[in-house]
Amino acid sequence: MKVSLRVNGERLAGDAWGGESLLTFLRDTLELPGSKNACEQGECGSCSVLLDGTLVCSCLVLAAQADGHEVVTVEGLARGDALHPVQQAFVDAGAVQCGFCTPGLVVAVADLLERVPHPSDDEIRESLSGNLCRCTGYAKIFDAVRIAAERA
Amino acid sequence: MSVATERALTVGRIGERLLRDDAVPKVTGEFQYASDLSAPGMLWGDTLRSPHAHARIASVDLTAALGLEGVHAVLTHADVPGAKLYGLEFADQPVLAIDRVRYVGEPVVVVAAEHPEQARRALDAIVVAYEPLEPVVDMERALEQKPLHPDRPTMGHGYRDDPRPNVVRHIVIRHGDPDTSGDVVVTGTYELGIQDQAFLGPESGLAVPDGEGGIDIHVATQWLHVDRDQVAPCLALRPEQVRLHLAGVGGAFGGREDLSMQIHGALLALHTGRPVKMVYDRAESFTGHVHRHPARIRCEHRATREGRLTCVRMEILLDGGAYASSSTAVASNAASFALGPYRVDNALIEATAVYSNNPPCGAMRGFGAVQTCFAAEAQMDLLAAELRIDPVELRLLNALEPGDILPTGQVVTGSLPTREVIRRAAAIPLPAEEALPRDPLRLPGGAGNTTTGEGVRRGVGFALGFKNICYSEGFDDYCTARVQLRADGSAVVHSASVEVGQGVVGVILQVARTELGTDDVTLAPHTTAAVGSAGSASASRMTWMAAGAVRDACRAALEEQERLGGGEVDVERVYRHPRTTPLDPETGQITGDRAHVALAVSAMRVVVEVDVELGLTRVVWVGTAQDVGHAINPLAVEGQIEGGTAQGLGLALMEELVTRDGAILNASFTDYLLPTALDMPPVVIELVEVPEPDAPYGVKGVGEPPTVVSTAAILSAMRAATDRPLTRVPVRPDDICLGSGMSPRH
Repeated sequence: MKVSLRVNGERLAGDAWGGESLLTFLRDTLELPGSKNACEQGECGSCSVLLDGTLVCSCLVLAAQADGHEVVTVEGLARGDALHPVQQAFVDAGAVQCGFCTPGLVVAVADLLERVPHPSDDEIRESLSGNLCRCTGYAKIFDAVRIAAERA
Repeated sequence: MSVATERALTVGRIGERLLRDDAVPKVTGEFQYASDLSAPGMLWGDTLRSPHAHARIASVDLTAALGLEGVHAVLTHADVPGAKLYGLEFADQPVLAIDRVRYVGEPVVVVAAEHPEQARRALDAIVVAYEPLEPVVDMERALEQKPLHPDRPTMGHGYRDDPRPNVVRHIVIRHGDPDTSGDVVVTGTYELGIQDQAFLGPESGLAVPDGEGGIDIHVATQWLHVDRDQVAPCLALRPEQVRLHLAGVGGAFGGREDLSMQIHGALLALHTGRPVKMVYDRAESFTGHVHRHPARIRCEHRATREGRLTCVRMEILLDGGAYASSSTAVASNAASFALGPYRVDNALIEATAVYSNNPPCGAMRGFGAVQTCFAAEAQMDLLAAELRIDPVELRLLNALEPGDILPTGQVVTGSLPTREVIRRAAAIPLPAEEALPRDPLRLPGGAGNTTTGEGVRRGVGFALGFKNICYSEGFDDYCTARVQLRADGSAVVHSASVEVGQGVVGVILQVARTELGTDDVTLAPHTTAAVGSAGSASASRMTWMAAGAVRDACRAALEEQERLGGGEVDVERVYRHPRTTPLDPETGQITGDRAHVALAVSAMRVVVEVDVELGLTRVVWVGTAQDVGHAINPLAVEGQIEGGTAQGLGLALMEELVTRDGAILNASFTDYLLPTALDMPPVVIELVEVPEPDAPYGVKGVGEPPTVVSTAAILSAMRAATDRPLTRVPVRPDDICLGSGMSPRH
């Protein structure tokens, strides 16, 4: 079927089969592989995107469900030359190791700070508990959130 | 690449807190991981795997699969043109099953199709007739059951000859007089379940035929050249016809030491003449790589009334699963580091790794030392309790220091600041106890809101971890680097050192900038095509080895340029750490000066709160001091310690691959639990820097010690909180609530 949607402000379309996830459609058809395929069952958050402004696991959304909707992926966060403040904070805090969880976390943190500009430590931990990271032990990711919140 | 990725980052030299060059493409989503690759005309490969732990293959019918739309290749062992077996250390594993399968998930047939769904349908259309055989699933019984590998592939390699069936390696270390008694004796039996590396980037790669019979394989791995040397013989190609190129690696932790899709993808690509991509899903990933060995460890510690260890006896049994992988080295490491960083004059240590029909086990961060640390540190706490000595004091009293002798007879010659590490960790102030009532998020059970705090007990624990750095036992451990100096003063470094996330790319650039005195240094892509082997990103060796190789190549390049009076130069250098020698197969004693080139020690203090009514645990706080030699990039060192601690926390509390008759029952992130942001406490870190004399710039590897020590330290705190023996990890709520060390298996 034909799926047409707005991704990172741009109208895009492509063919998807009935069982295809939005994640696979973004990665393989629209050639936006920034959203990651770590578990593909909604447990790790590495495929996190904003669907009409709501944080979702794109592996749990069918491509067909996204037809006619608005999606923001990690590729859509930077503004021209400038990294998104959350992206910059991840770089500055040393919050990136292998980086496979990073796109999903960056999207999740951007969403968190949009809703709660100055989250408490408990709010940070709870809101990121759906994003698994296997490398960092999360400490420097928490630092990144605090840095991004302070700079805002 | 976008403008964003071309921003100049602060350049760094040795010792500076360097921000990563690759962090920018990783935060923008542009960094290309193995699963992001594509090529024009690409097909998708997929793998049919055995549903049986042990079975004979009676027949395989490919007819229906071959007739399906979009299917270009359906290959079995008969299509493997060269060697049918491969292996990291011993070629005992079929590329594709021949007449027998030995574990659930063993590859039997591979297919290539236009679309991944067509490939999946082709797998469904293949008919394999299996005749199930009795599986070997208990590591003790394995030593009496029919051998899974009657030809005993690991025997005759300088190991002790052990006639028992299913022995991969049996190592005995006899030190002093193992019959020496003590005033007090403590005994215990400890068990560990199977832990998984659970790197987030699934096994993936792209194989591209070169049109001249050769192949380029782009893959996430830990050692490009050893992959090449396993792949080429199976394809009946010369090594130079097989080029391995590093694709972005989404974590490794030992799980990418063994091959995954490399040979399969190449077979399909050469067969079809088209690029073939393979990407495992999470369930396939859990069966597609080796795991941490589950273990059963029996210990007897004897000491004087004053607390001096007089004799330690340990028997270590490791289940290696269906194929050898690196079990021989894991067994050796488990035995070598069994005692921990303590001076013990008499010991008898026996380690046995067995074959079974359980999931194959091999390398995972900590490599044998994790298992024995958990057991030995529990014993030290038992001894302290028995003697009514403070556990920290007991460890200080027995601390191993330079000049002391390891149970293998090796004299500790390098840096090993055990006492300083203990004192620094013990001196980190503990956090104040938090008052009740408080937000359930900061109670055991968390947002589950399971308690208001009445059954919650606090405990403080302490442990030491001990491990080798670099490869051991006579292995020719080397690392190559190539440096091109241009006339304008800029430089290009070639290295096959694999960046798995640990930050070795930064180390290479820091060393090159420091040695060459310029910031204008770039790192060429990691490939077997342009530079010699770097060895593996394993054994906490990559920083040491890459630093040595890059340093030597930079210095040689400068000398060459000076000799020529300027102009362009291009030099390659091979760095080797001081030679090690094998252990005597009968006594486990060194046959030269040393079997291990260097040692590292870490100490960790942990605060936990345990709800003793529900068996739920919250790790409140971790303080650790680690012997790091010299920190080339302190920011990255901290990241290794924090992340390594998290993996040890996972093994302590939640991570276990549960099997029944050899089959993994929880091959998903729904059922195999990883520590989340809510599970990790703050980690207070003290870096203890005593330069390692044999290492470039005095470095030591830092990746493994935190994982070795943290499981033991968390368990120490949990025992203090619960007064339960807790002899098995991961600890299950039953072990706490029902009061037994080992509740019934699942």
